[in-house]
Amino acid sequence: MKILVCIKQVPSTTSVEIDKVTGVLKRDSAESKMNPYDLFALETAFLIREEKGGTVTVLTMGPPQAKLALQEAINMGADDTCLLTDRKFAGADVVATSYTLAQAIKKLGPFDLLICGKQTTDGDTAQVGAEVAEFLNWPHATNVSHIESVRDKYIDVSVNMEHVIQKQQISLPCLITVEKDIYTPRLPSYKRKLQTINQPVQVMTLKDFIDQDEHHYGLNGSPTQVEKIFLPSHTTEKQVMTGTALELTDHLFELLTAKKMI
Amino acid sequence: MKELVINHDMINETTTAKLLAICPFGAFMMENGKLSVNAACKMCGLCVRKGPAGAVTLVEKSFEPGIDKSLWRGITVFADTTEGRIHPVTFELLGKARELANAVNHPVYSLLIGNNTQSAAQELKHYGADEVFVYDNPILGTFLIEPFAAVAADFINKIKPCAMLVGGTNAGRSLAPRIAARFKTGLTADCTSLEIKPNTDLVQIRPAFGGNIMARIITTNNRPQLCTVRYKIFSGPAKQAEPSGKITLMEIDSDKLQSRVKVLQTTSKEQGIDLTAADVIVAAGRGIKNKKDLELVKELANLMHAQFASTRPLVEAGWVDPRQQIGLSGRTVSPKLIITVGISGSVQFVAGMKGSATIIAINNDKNASIFNVAHFAIIGDLYEIVPRLIQKIRTSRELVA
Repeated sequence: MKILVCIKQVPSTTSVEIDKVTGVLKRDSAESKMNPYDLFALETAFLIREEKGGTVTVLTMGPPQAKLALQEAINMGADDTCLLTDRKFAGADVVATSYTLAQAIKKLGPFDLLICGKQTTDGDTAQVGAEVAEFLNWPHATNVSHIESVRDKYIDVSVNMEHVIQKQQISLPCLITVEKDIYTPRLPSYKRKLQTINQPVQVMTLKDFIDQDEHHYGLNGSPTQVEKIFLPSHTTEKQVMTGTALELTDHLFELLTAKKMI
Repeated sequence: MKELVINHDMINETTTAKLLAICPFGAFMMENGKLSVNAACKMCGLCVRKGPAGAVTLVEKSFEPGIDKSLWRGITVFADTTEGRIHPVTFELLGKARELANAVNHPVYSLLIGNNTQSAAQELKHYGADEVFVYDNPILGTFLIEPFAAVAADFINKIKPCAMLVGGTNAGRSLAPRIAARFKTGLTADCTSLEIKPNTDLVQIRPAFGGNIMARIITTNNRPQLCTVRYKIFSGPAKQAEPSGKITLMEIDSDKLQSRVKVLQTTSKEQGIDLTAADVIVAAGRGIKNKKDLELVKELANLMHAQFASTRPLVEAGWVDPRQQIGLSGRTVSPKLIITVGISGSVQFVAGMKGSATIIAINNDKNASIFNVAHFAIIGDLYEIVPRLIQKIRTSRELVA
């Protein structure tokens, strides 16, 4: 079983501000970490490898420092890694990102199973998985909450469909995105870290792809454009209550009584 | 084709320092003694607009012909159904589609995919669709990603809609990206607001860059324009007494409906928690110091016959069931009243509850961003206020009894 997991390096903090004077976007910290949802995708891959044998390859797209996220994946147990990095990929939206990943997967493959996390904490779109599946012309399932069984030709999974749980049988190769908490992720191993300290990270750029047309990547391959960023609007009419806890409780009680809520 | 070009004649220690400071993504780096832009660049253009004048420029390399937008007409709503029942997000989107369509003088369409769809199609006519396009086939009785994507693609190829609004349900969030990739067109997830320009570009507003800021996103040169919107973000229109519009039956070859996914079994989830239907919600956040203190908030919720809910961190800590999470990655709610207890108000949380009719926020930090959306800001310690309030409600009820 050849398994590929797509991961992403995301900012450690979600706190971003716009400088009111200059209009410049400011992040509190430049620190990055692996997208926490990807840990569940990695764990799912490792468990399947433990049962069925095979390899787990981990792919990410990002700046050169995204290597750190791949290193973490290696320390958790990944066999191979690949970093997609090229200025030409900069400014990619969901379509361009998915297309780039699909191009890389075609070069790195063939794979039997592709696993992604539910979503990232920075983009929060939860769409890249399904778009990659489309570009590969593979079937996919999102919101996978349990792996029932893995056979040679297909995989049985439980899919969380809000009001119902569906047991689906999907032909391989396929792509699944897994729910948070599907399995508890293992911690990176220090022993593995020492063993793999010299393991090189494979790097791919546009020049390694079959389709090298720059129009298909990065900002140029992105149908969506961010026209403007702005601070969220706020409710203007509001009543502020301060005072001792006793006074505040009385206020609150009167308010709830007036609204017929108690 | 657009490209950032560094004007190296202008690059010195001062300008380099300025550029390094201005880029929020850390995309400038020194490479062999020369300043360059790496793949961290989001092409936001801040360095061009706000950096030292002329140091970095955005160069348009070739002219791309624009598409003819007048060929793409109609604001389409994907009718999200489960066993013939229409998900209410569909009606909310039809209401929004009507607003958008009127602004550019387009029709409102609905795309209905399923089996035995007659009653669902009739119902859609009560919510303002000018034309309901129906694909009815036994294979389409259950949501299967490949046949549904094939049908949506067939619809787009035949009808050429200007935009498609899809409910942010698990099915919608699986289908929309599949279609977007097939047509290599833009898709904006979880929009919190939608507008339309006279040239029919949909203005899609959502939180961006994983932070507490919003972005206006447009798809300037691709059609159809796709977006998903969560349930309860928009308000649903009233049901029209008289149906309007027409139903058009569509045909598709059965061999286009192949599926490599088989549904083996469908089981109902245990019932109980449904935040989206709650009238009153009491929500807890990180101001709660440990798991057992949650009981305090739950007790208040019980006394008020309210649903208990929480923010993402408490779910991630394993204290709270994920179904009780409010926010972009949880449930979107719009109750008559929400009381937030010890919640600072991240943009993701606020996006999931700002439609609430009345928001009462209790927080001891007067600068907490939840107070920006709260109608009643109670600045104080929840550990002092909530127990007293519980006591007071109890006492008042005993007096009545």
